[in-house]
Amino acid sequence: MLLLFYLSSGLFLGWALGANDASNIFGSAVGTKMLRFKTAAIVGSIFVILGAVIQGAGASHTLGKLGTINAMGGAFTVALAAGVTVFWMTKLKYPVSTSQAIVGAIIGWNFYAGRSTDFHSLYPIVITWISGPILGAIFSALLYIGMRKLILTLRVHLFDLDQIIRILLLVVGAFGAYSLGANNIANVVGVFLPLAPETPLDFYIFSLNGSQQLFLLGGISIAIGIFTYSKRVMETVGNDIVALSSESALVVVLAQSLVLFIFSNQALSDAVQSVGLPAIPMVPVSSSQVIVGAIIGIGLVRGVHSIQFGIIGGIASGWVVTPIMAGLLSFVSLFFVGNVFKIEVVKPQNQPTSTIVTEIDSVKIEKEKSDTVRFLSDSTERLIQR
Amino acid sequence: MELFKTSAALKKMLDEFFDTIEEVVLIAKIAVDDYLSGQHIKFHENLLRVVELEHKADHIRRNIENRLYEKSLLPQFRGDLLHLLEKTDDIADILTSGLSQFEVERPRFPEELHADLRRLTEMCVKSVEHLIPAERIYFRDPLSVKEMIHKVYFYEKESDQQALEIKRKIFNQIEDLDLSEKIHLRYFIIQIESISDTAETAANILSIMSIKRTL
Repeated sequence: MLLLFYLSSGLFLGWALGANDASNIFGSAVGTKMLRFKTAAIVGSIFVILGAVIQGAGASHTLGKLGTINAMGGAFTVALAAGVTVFWMTKLKYPVSTSQAIVGAIIGWNFYAGRSTDFHSLYPIVITWISGPILGAIFSALLYIGMRKLILTLRVHLFDLDQIIRILLLVVGAFGAYSLGANNIANVVGVFLPLAPETPLDFYIFSLNGSQQLFLLGGISIAIGIFTYSKRVMETVGNDIVALSSESALVVVLAQSLVLFIFSNQALSDAVQSVGLPAIPMVPVSSSQVIVGAIIGIGLVRGVHSIQFGIIGGIASGWVVTPIMAGLLSFVSLFFVGNVFKIEVVKPQNQPTSTIVTEIDSVKIEKEKSDTVRFLSDSTERLIQR
Repeated sequence: MELFKTSAALKKMLDEFFDTIEEVVLIAKIAVDDYLSGQHIKFHENLLRVVELEHKADHIRRNIENRLYEKSLLPQFRGDLLHLLEKTDDIADILTSGLSQFEVERPRFPEELHADLRRLTEMCVKSVEHLIPAERIYFRDPLSVKEMIHKVYFYEKESDQQALEIKRKIFNQIEDLDLSEKIHLRYFIIQIESISDTAETAANILSIMSIKRTL
């Protein structure tokens, strides 16, 4: 029960992510009325949850290394600070990055706790804040050129094209939602992973381990965010930077999904490594940043004049503000929670079991010990009886 | 599949609409010829056919419009497309009302104007004859639209010149006509001329639509 209470801030962050980031996937399709909001919300929710549960571990692992938050109160406050930042920025209609918010909030905790930030983990994350949008722009530009050529060569009738694009928007949207769940679930429950339950949850046909149970809860919170708050954002997104056609909307979502998928697929990273290339970092990428890059990519193909640079400037300033704001909010909130509410947000560094992971490990050892003792005493009793 | 059934039905309706407009224009051309040749019965029969086809075109256009909105198809192109179809349908409306006025008002065109009048009708018909294929091709190959509508603009200019020429003859060369008769004939010339003007307006809409699709 206590775990659920602490987890509530993470679920709030998940809700904020669903409200904001689902619009990146289905915003253009719903905004241009190619898809109904209800259809988009149902498909988006199902695939976000699937992505989170099946493939959510990779990026979560990297985020966990950035700062090992060793107290439940700390994890709660960090996720809350990130959630409030995302919600606030969404209210201001900025395509905010949940990844940036959580990274900023974790660094805020590191500062508060006086711990050093693991720059080996931070470096690839920050690099994706730049490489993500660039990759998004490259993918979308190439896909856009290819699709335009294909449509003109195949001479598909406009009515048929409309129907095909509707189906593709749904399929690609599902892929996008899956990738979003797989990549961004780390932002939602990553800081709570040390608190994951030990008992697997058995559904008869499959079972979920502790982390996957957290991923499922996080996925559900994202789905609730999609259903309850994303409609407004979806209906306004897409046409601000460059006026998007339905074909462009498809390209943008596909480019974004590919980038998110690349940064959360361990098998792909292994395959890249096997041919002698550097491994792809498994990091949570900002879907909002990638989509802005993807839209700019199309704008560049159409001609630079079609891009509203003023709007891009506003969005980019949001990218700088988000991690700083989340970091400051996290720092101040930790101070309040720790000193006013007297909730432990940081375990002292000299404590032998300095992290919850080791705390849980020790609980496990104790449990194993007591099981062994019980087993031995039972066996002795049985022997005596014989 | 339900989705593609809608698309197939719309394609069929669209083809039927264009066929109907083409037919209206061809019959109207014959009707003008009949009128000038004094074959009033044939003219009347053709007028009835034009009226019937014009109703049919209206009906198809409304069906397409309803279907596009009911199934929320082509949300980005729908407005332009319906505007284009309305303009194209206006051609049939103009022809129907023009021919009806021929029958009611029976304008007396002097013999020396007949050839010019036939040529004016021919130019107007040609502008529409080039517009409809351009509209058909737009749905599959928007890049080809530009070169096709070029001919619409050409015949529109030709018909403008021809109309001006006829008006000049009516007012400056033919003397055995009253001023009221001259003004009456000018009214009919303007009426015929407006067919190619409407075709030109439709071509302008189509041109913008094709640019939008190739962006």
